[in-house]
Amino acid sequence: MLSIALKILTGDRGKYLGLVLGLTFTSFFMTQQPALFFAILNQVNSFIADAGLADLWVMDAKVQFSRDVIPLSDTMVGRVRGVEGVGWAVPLYVGNAGIRLRDGRFQNAFLIGLDDTTLIGGPPAMVKGSLADLDQPDGVIVNADGANGLLARPNPVVGQPPIPLTIGDVFEMNDRRAVIVGISAGGANENGQPTIYTTYRRAKTYAPAQRKMLSFILVKAKPGFALAIVAANIRRWTGLAARTPTEFEALTTKYFIRNQPPFMVFGLSTVVAFVVGGLIAGQIFYNFTLDNLRYFGVMKAMGATNRVLRRMIMLQAFTVGAIGYGIGIGVASLLSFAMGRNGRFVPHIPWELLVAVALAVVALCVLASAIGLRRVTRLEPAEVFKA
Amino acid sequence: MSPAVESASVVCRGLIKHYGAGAAQVMALRGIDLEVKRGELLMLMGPSGCGKTTLISIIAGILNQDDGDCIVLGEALGKLGAEAKTAFRCRAVGFVFQAFNLIPQLPAVDNTMIPLLLNNMPRAKAMMRARDVIARVGLAERADALPAQLSGGQQQRVAIARALVHDPKLIVCDEPTSALDHATGQSILELLRGLAAGEGRTLIVVTHDQRILGFADRIAYMDDGHITRIETMRANGG
Repeated sequence: MLSIALKILTGDRGKYLGLVLGLTFTSFFMTQQPALFFAILNQVNSFIADAGLADLWVMDAKVQFSRDVIPLSDTMVGRVRGVEGVGWAVPLYVGNAGIRLRDGRFQNAFLIGLDDTTLIGGPPAMVKGSLADLDQPDGVIVNADGANGLLARPNPVVGQPPIPLTIGDVFEMNDRRAVIVGISAGGANENGQPTIYTTYRRAKTYAPAQRKMLSFILVKAKPGFALAIVAANIRRWTGLAARTPTEFEALTTKYFIRNQPPFMVFGLSTVVAFVVGGLIAGQIFYNFTLDNLRYFGVMKAMGATNRVLRRMIMLQAFTVGAIGYGIGIGVASLLSFAMGRNGRFVPHIPWELLVAVALAVVALCVLASAIGLRRVTRLEPAEVFKA
Repeated sequence: MSPAVESASVVCRGLIKHYGAGAAQVMALRGIDLEVKRGELLMLMGPSGCGKTTLISIIAGILNQDDGDCIVLGEALGKLGAEAKTAFRCRAVGFVFQAFNLIPQLPAVDNTMIPLLLNNMPRAKAMMRARDVIARVGLAERADALPAQLSGGQQQRVAIARALVHDPKLIVCDEPTSALDHATGQSILELLRGLAAGEGRTLIVVTHDQRILGFADRIAYMDDGHITRIETMRANGG
């Protein structure tokens, strides 16, 4: 009877396409909106992920998210190094800088200052040059997105694409000379600003002077020491918070979800997609079941049990659900791929999101079919003799 | 069970059915006694609301009586639970409806094989059997047509094929010719009589159509929930 159920479903082309479209719409938006949200979060957290060597990020205990920098004194690096279980500890500067380009344009940038000796916390990969070239006077590394995008020079030939910044180019950063010694991969951030890497000492000269300049301390635990123990030791001996990269990212995610209106909009859009798509699909499916109620009654009279009819209706609901889900996440993935080719902003679709959307679609299918099922199971077979 | 009951396909004794409750209660059947033999074609005649449809609904096992006994093909329907009654209908009863009730999205052959699939016959075998029965009702060339592509007479032939396909011993028909012209109605009854009654099945036909009464073995006239008289048309009738 299941093949009959599928033929009944696909035989009513209008409603079948309506159901598939409704669930495609729902699946697409429920995937796309969180994917944009995750993409922005990825960019917010990118400099945490880039500093892959560190086991712990040490920061002021009141820091609420990754860009919430509460400056520390440089002496804190030495104190952290003295804590039991700490293998090494290096400073990291994170801040903003104003860049004046040679053609007179001004551009804000995200400035990261790496430990002068080890250069830990730097970009994950280089496109041109080497991280070690930061030892050159006034040396900075610019991320590729920035060099090819906002920092690129206008092409003197009208209609031609801008000319990317490259090694050897010079610009001013907070009124100080900076020379590009390398182009890095990664370094994306939520504002789409260029990311500039330099040494910690040089970053302090570029940044507006403050009494305290240290943003974070990156820590590697000694072999054999549990991270939780080392973090607790740091807290006890310095009063600073020590978080693993995962904990720091989770703290940031939680903060953005709770406090940033644009992130609430993504959440709201997802809920609206679920409700609107669910209502559309539910309404169409209910009408579809009502249209076929007479025939379900006929099958009941001919000996179909409620169990058989339930299976038929559930199969119909889950078939349109599976097709709508497949098309929806397919379109969302294609869009993500297309945006990814641009390179700046790639909606991120983790497998957990796909599972969550699948569960939501299953819930919609169960809900949509349950309303129709109620009518069918209560239907008296004797109704079929009514003209 | 008496010998008469054993040879009968349907035995109703003191069948009572009412709808609603209190002042709004309507007595649909007021103590029906009826026997229908195996292989017999019985027609039920009477004005609208006299209880014909209620009676065949109870005999077909899709409605419960309030009182009295109804033994169909040896099964006391009043004593069967809902599941057993569903199983009984599935294997033993074929239905032909006034409005054909073919599922519009399914071709004739798929509509026809539904009773076989409900009886758990494998799909390929059911398809072969359905095509065979459709050929017997003269529609071999239209087996893959949708109901909307068939005339009223052709649709009723498909409905008859569906009623016969699982070889039921009882077929109930509710106004099978009322939506058809005279010639088509006659040919449908000829078909039903030839395919069903000729193979030892019992047919009970509810009708208002005077023109098809000649096909009946017996005619039971009903009024106000009673059978007022039974007229024997052929020797086969009891």
